[in-house]
Amino acid sequence: MGKYKDNCCINCSDEDRAKYEEIAKVIDSYKGKQGSLIMVLHAAQGIYGYLPLELQQFIADRMGIPFSEVYGVVSFYAFFTTKERGRHVVRVCLGTACYVKGAQKLIDSLTDKFQIAVGDVTADKKFTIEAARCIGACGLAPAVMVDDDVHKEVSPATLYDILDQYE
Amino acid sequence: MKITSINDLNQIKADYEAAMGKYHHKVLLCSGAGCISCNCSKVRDAIEAELANLGLADGVKMIETGCIGTCAEGPVMLILPERIFYVRVTPENVGEILKSQIIDGVVVEKQTFQDKTTKQYIPCIDDIPFFKEQVRIALRNCGNIEYKSLEAYIANGGYYAAYKALTSMQPADVVKEVLDSGLRGRGGAGFPTGKKWSLIGPGDQKYIVCNADEGDPGAFMDRSVIEGDPHNLIEGMMLAGYAIGATQGYVYIRAEYPIAVERLNDAIAQAREAGLLGGNVFGTDFKFDLEIRIGAGAFVCGEETALLSSIEGKRGEPRPKPPFPAVSGLYGKPTIINNVETLANIAYIVGNGAAEYSKYGCEGATGTKVFALAGDIMNTGIIEVPIGTTMRKVIYEIGGGMQGGKKFKAAQVGGPSGGCITAENIDVELEYTALQKLGAIMGSGGLIAMNENTCMVDTARFFTDFTQDESCGKCTACRIGTKRMLEILERITKGEGQPEDIDTLYNLGQVVKDAALCGLGQTAPNPVLSTIANFRDEYEAHINEKRCPAGICKELTVFEIQADKCIGCTKCARNCPVGAISGNVKEPHVIDPAKCTGCGVCRDNCSFAAIVPAKRER
Ligand SMILES: Cc1cc2nc3c(=O)[nH]c(=O)nc-3n(C[C@H](O)[C@H](O)[C@H](O)COP(=O)(O)O)c2cc1C
Ligand code: FES
Repeated sequence: MGKYKDNCCINCSDEDRAKYEEIAKVIDSYKGKQGSLIMVLHAAQGIYGYLPLELQQFIADRMGIPFSEVYGVVSFYAFFTTKERGRHVVRVCLGTACYVKGAQKLIDSLTDKFQIAVGDVTADKKFTIEAARCIGACGLAPAVMVDDDVHKEVSPATLYDILDQYE
Repeated sequence: MKITSINDLNQIKADYEAAMGKYHHKVLLCSGAGCISCNCSKVRDAIEAELANLGLADGVKMIETGCIGTCAEGPVMLILPERIFYVRVTPENVGEILKSQIIDGVVVEKQTFQDKTTKQYIPCIDDIPFFKEQVRIALRNCGNIEYKSLEAYIANGGYYAAYKALTSMQPADVVKEVLDSGLRGRGGAGFPTGKKWSLIGPGDQKYIVCNADEGDPGAFMDRSVIEGDPHNLIEGMMLAGYAIGATQGYVYIRAEYPIAVERLNDAIAQAREAGLLGGNVFGTDFKFDLEIRIGAGAFVCGEETALLSSIEGKRGEPRPKPPFPAVSGLYGKPTIINNVETLANIAYIVGNGAAEYSKYGCEGATGTKVFALAGDIMNTGIIEVPIGTTMRKVIYEIGGGMQGGKKFKAAQVGGPSGGCITAENIDVELEYTALQKLGAIMGSGGLIAMNENTCMVDTARFFTDFTQDESCGKCTACRIGTKRMLEILERITKGEGQPEDIDTLYNLGQVVKDAALCGLGQTAPNPVLSTIANFRDEYEAHINEKRCPAGICKELTVFEIQADKCIGCTKCARNCPVGAISGNVKEPHVIDPAKCTGCGVCRDNCSFAAIVPAKRER
């Protein structure tokens, strides 16, 4: 673990260093517990925002497992992302109930307005636009989740009023 | 306080009842996920403030419950003892409701539940068809008790079944009780639960795992159980653990359900604190504990062997069976995997006896089933009905019929592994065999009603897109087979279908079904096969006439305004994203077909059903 004496690389900002520090603590708290990689990755993504390759390497080293194993898990699960995110994550539900109620129109409207693809971040880094597979609010379809808030019965006409509530 | 005996349970129950007895009214506020998204926490704060304002704080108790069921009407609130059910409550109107109902004894009718067809208000919850036709066993406490209170759960009979089993039944007796109840797994396949438990292999360490992955997009039953009655799941897992000899349980919850994770975590901590989890439960030598594992957004992880890999922290790829998990499961140890709803029935069965449970339902499928109603239906939400209830009853009586008076076209049952039930089969009993005969499955309980504006080819494409995206890629049949099927379906919906496509889809579907490694691939072709069987004419219209009858496939559709129905309200023109609609106020409008993108926003917005799809000339 020589290259991570300070839990971070030489070029990192203080902010990054603090985050790596925090992630290291999480990893240590799972020490000796079987099958904790996914829980660690959840925590790491929560702290760092996303999981760039360097961070994955750091987790692998700290946990004493091969990098390929970490990368394999990160790439398998849709919840983990290796791309930098906007300040807010907008997840338009494309589950069955929402799709039947026209959620595709919301996606089309967003990608059209911001001129980005699903999964990308807007030019002003404010929003990451994602499509979700059912967020369990099917009775309120079409549903859009902004960060942890669920908004119900959204239409292309009301969508931007909702987004305007976020800074 | 530590709970070690029946006296402790009785004491807690008596104390809780005495505490509640002091109030002349109770206000049950739904804090299910649906109502939370409608800002019920602001309503809660408003209720607290208003009760204080009105001088009612000492006589009225507000209780935050799990999902009451009518998610579309949220936030909802039930006032006891009158049992008046208020919907769409807001921080602004709640004060008036509380004052009128509790102080003046006058129902505020316009805020109560309205039957959208008859326009009648139905103030008393017991008169509302949505609730009247239900039998709630798995959901018995959901919406009834304070979700975060262990005492409330005990006062409603909670942990008595665990006490009974641990102190007076052998593990084999518990297995037998569940076997006799006829309970079948509610996660999809419907395997008899007692039988599954009896197949547990030998070993010093065994596990019980709860499958709370709820991957079917369009289903939200399991989350309601966990969020509204977490102790019921804990007690069910304890009993299962006792029955099969497991000392450790895991609950695998999908990451999309942070509220469920939080509430279950809190309940586990309470149970530990009370000595109901850990060692020497009820003074016996039974030892049992629970841990939560969070998923990371992979549908295949709902499949039991993939789920086990995921708990182990690995890629969630399924393993071939045999060996079955009951023999070699988590970390190679004997493991039983059950669905949330399955486990939510166990305490009731053990507590009340198998016969009490099996009196509901039908031959070969006893008990009740929870369904999540969604789609174009009036009363979306969570319901629990005896197995064998007809689809008609669920859609029209409980569900209140279709929204906007539109025609029922089909319902998708069983999610991406299931099939559609058409209008002509609407009298089918919701039961394993009958559904299977129609090419659908019972599945986990997602029931999506679709109206006449739904394109069945596009629906098949939607589900195939889902399974293709979620295919883990381990086996060729699923990875490549679903990909080819998706390509064909995309081609058809874009108007590039070939005459032989229907046959190719059918044949490919059969191969994928037969050759795939796990249930994901084996069931992935179902939505395609089922729509071909029931709506072949729609496929043919897309392929031969390049026309989408429902007006969903954009490449094939433009919209037209029927001049005789249009009153010139201008709403369509204002909402058209591309400015394709023109016309003067109070005169029929027209759509420029060259500009129309076929998005259908105008049709959705028209209150006079004046806008219809037409074929796009190419
Ligand atoms: C692709 C796939 C996804 C599944 N998803 C779920 C799920 O989300 N929840 C669930 O309980 N069962 C799911 N199942 C069924 C489980 O494999 C398993 O049969 C079930 O959890 C057993 O519990 P039960 O006997 O109590 O129904 C899925 C199966 C397959 C093949
Ligand atoms: S389908 Fe959108 S929340 Fe379930």
